[in-house]
Amino acid sequence: MTDPKDEIVEHLSAMRAFAMSLTRNSALADDMVQDALVKAWTKIDSYKPGTNMRAWLFTILRNTYYSHHRKARREVADVDGEMAASLAQKPDHDGRLQMRDFNRAFDQLNDEQREALVLVGAGGFSYEEAAETCGVAVGTIKSRVNRARKQLVEILQMSDDEVMEATDIVTTGIVTNQKNVA
Amino acid sequence: MKQDRKLSSLEQEIEANLKRVYEDVAKQEVPDRFTQLLEQLRQADKPSTESSND
Repeated sequence: MTDPKDEIVEHLSAMRAFAMSLTRNSALADDMVQDALVKAWTKIDSYKPGTNMRAWLFTILRNTYYSHHRKARREVADVDGEMAASLAQKPDHDGRLQMRDFNRAFDQLNDEQREALVLVGAGGFSYEEAAETCGVAVGTIKSRVNRARKQLVEILQMSDDEVMEATDIVTTGIVTNQKNVA
Repeated sequence: MKQDRKLSSLEQEIEANLKRVYEDVAKQEVPDRFTQLLEQLRQADKPSTESSND
């Protein structure tokens, strides 16, 4: 019989991705994965072989987040976000600026909405699996996902208008500057 | 109608960016600290007679 502990390694990448989407900070995310791995290892007996190991690991990961790391997340400066924001970027509509806007909007969702959206929209979890992972009803997950999507649309629609204006101003500025230089 | 087109493309962007946020990390090589940690945990599981001094 195979040891379920041997399977944990296969989920490391996904654990980091999920942790990152909860904490939005790479150092914190990796600390969280580390804590969750130790916990998973010591309570491996609570894993039922043949069931969804990723969902089981994600449950441990999110419990770690809510019991220890959520507080830390509020305390640490958003280093990754600040770095991304401070990088001078030319506004373009299919590149990184759009991603930066998305990241900002994504950060404004609450934890419960963000995790539901990530599990279903990116992690490939069914609503049922996501509900089990988060310990809530399927209907709750569905409404969190719907609210999260709606909120992202609202935030991005607003920032999209601002970007359009900013792009015009920046472009005009660049053109003016170039004329002056020439 | 222009508004509708804009909205549906925004929704598509959201779905694509959401996957990108997750997959950007999921595709990264897993740092050694995690594979080392699993190895340490495995070593710790073994009876102490099998552990080597290093």
